[in-house]
Amino acid sequence: MIKIENLHKSYPMGDESLHVLKGLNLHIKEGEFVSIMGSSGSGKSTLLNIVGLLDVHDEGSYYLNGQLIENLDEKKAAVLRNKFLGFVFQAFNLINYKSALENVALPLYYKGVGRKERQKIAMEYLDKVGLRDWANHLPSELSGGQKQRVAIARALVTNPKVVLADEPTGALDSTTSHSVMELLKDINKEGMTVFVITHEEDIAAETDRIVRLVDGVIVSDEKTENKVNA
Amino acid sequence: MFDLDRWREIFQTLSKNKLRTALSGFTIAFAILLFTLLFGIGNGLKHFFEREFAGDANNSVYINSGITTKPYKGLQSGRRIQFRNDDTKFINENFEDDIDFFSPNVQRNNVLAIYKGNQNRYTVRGVYPDYQPLESAVIEKGRFVSFLDLKKRAKVVAIGRLVEEDLFGNKSALGKNINLEGISYHVVGVFSDPGGDNDERFIYTPFTTAQGMYRENDELDYIGLTYNPKLSVDEALSFTSMLTKMLKEKHGVDPRDQGALRVRNYAEGARNVQQFIMVLNVIILFIGIGTLIAGVIGISNIMVYIVKERTKELGIRKALGATPKSIVGMIMQESIFVTAIAGYVGLMIGVFVLKGIGESLEKYFIVNPSVETYVVVGATIVLIIAGTIAGYIPATRAARIKPIVALNDE
Repeated sequence: MIKIENLHKSYPMGDESLHVLKGLNLHIKEGEFVSIMGSSGSGKSTLLNIVGLLDVHDEGSYYLNGQLIENLDEKKAAVLRNKFLGFVFQAFNLINYKSALENVALPLYYKGVGRKERQKIAMEYLDKVGLRDWANHLPSELSGGQKQRVAIARALVTNPKVVLADEPTGALDSTTSHSVMELLKDINKEGMTVFVITHEEDIAAETDRIVRLVDGVIVSDEKTENKVNA
Repeated sequence: MFDLDRWREIFQTLSKNKLRTALSGFTIAFAILLFTLLFGIGNGLKHFFEREFAGDANNSVYINSGITTKPYKGLQSGRRIQFRNDDTKFINENFEDDIDFFSPNVQRNNVLAIYKGNQNRYTVRGVYPDYQPLESAVIEKGRFVSFLDLKKRAKVVAIGRLVEEDLFGNKSALGKNINLEGISYHVVGVFSDPGGDNDERFIYTPFTTAQGMYRENDELDYIGLTYNPKLSVDEALSFTSMLTKMLKEKHGVDPRDQGALRVRNYAEGARNVQQFIMVLNVIILFIGIGTLIAGVIGISNIMVYIVKERTKELGIRKALGATPKSIVGMIMQESIFVTAIAGYVGLMIGVFVLKGIGESLEKYFIVNPSVETYVVVGATIVLIIAGTIAGYIPATRAARIKPIVALNDE
């Protein structure tokens, strides 16, 4: 599903350039539940941004769903994001003046789905994350956990190939964190590829495979007990 | 272009962000309102001057004679210039195309007029029928002197409204005979004159009659004429200067002699008024453009602010699959929509206010303050274009920001 070979990425910092990703190789197959572990500055967010087509890499190759990603213009990237990727952010990133239902329906709008159809699908996914009754509430009327559930529903609504979650529990307490991870686990069980970025050991431990990133280099890549037991 | 979903999206954005919408709408509505009011009042000022001066500036020219002040071609100074009937002929032959109405004039002051015991002294003028439009006298009863009267040297008079009042009281003077210095004249008409009381105390009689009565030979006092209204002010001025030159030549007057022969032309005054109105037009234009520029800058600022404020939202939309084109389109459609609606509201308020206060401003020299439709439509179009540009530049910039940067914007 995601195949990365010798990936490099640098950011210009004044006269110098900061080498963030130093030749990564990573292969994530369909249906995997993977976490990227690393402290801040390890390059894990940069990796997610490149995988999520929110940023471009300098060197190496990246295949998404078998398609080589290169020379992407904004428009193509937007279409690919809409088609293949679902995002879950640490800060939820819901549009604050839209109701939960409208937030979930927004990716479908950009996909060109009709209004009635959009609302129906969006409602199904809200139901799936257990927020059917909160459909017409604004994000400001929801708790952190509920917001993240709305965001997950939004990530799933276009039926993408991969769900990318950037510190999905970073802004949540441990109980809520756990229930969000349970939700992601359920989604994975239905066959969705889920790619989580975190710096928390116990969150990573809930996934099936942990890739550890230190200073832009992968230092370990191993299956967790979850997978072994499964 | 008409995409119902896009419009829904825009209406939602606008209605959920009321303060923002109100702010930008207010700026535009206010700019257009100010524009309409200033432009309307400027126009009112212009209308006033047009009505008071240019509109009434008659195209009359009066030619008077006097005494020479300079010796010329062997003729001494201090010579009296006397117009005669051949001057009438001379002018008409040479300037036939330039002249509209024409009348030589014999004038006698302090003529005693008597009717049945009532008496008073008036100025009697012997004129052509053309003198009536020259003086812009309005016939109230009967008629003015005619060419037939002129030919017959008829002893008829047209008297001013106040003459009738003085001599006849409440009765009509029409058809009665009045006595002027012992000679009986038949009253054929009574006129009024917008020029005021003095002008309504004249007695007009046929030129030939007056000349025969008060002058030796074919002398006359002065000549009044109106130039062809088709002439522009400049053409009229060159006509009168040519007329002056030729008359001076004919009477042997030094071209630089200002006293011997005077041609008074109202075109000069008319030109001043026209220039004044032109300056007024420039000022109005300046005010209009200034207001519009202020409006344009206002919208631009607000649009930049709006896009800045929405950077994060735009980043979210991009992450969810919005193409740059759809982002630019959305912001611009919003901008144009708000501009058009608010502009129209401002315009309507302005027109309404002008209508409401229009009458009461007359004492401040403002008449019928209004704005031509095309000016207002033009101004609104300019603002819409400005709104488009103002929205386009920040929108393209926003669409170009990498989604990851936009998402991290706080």
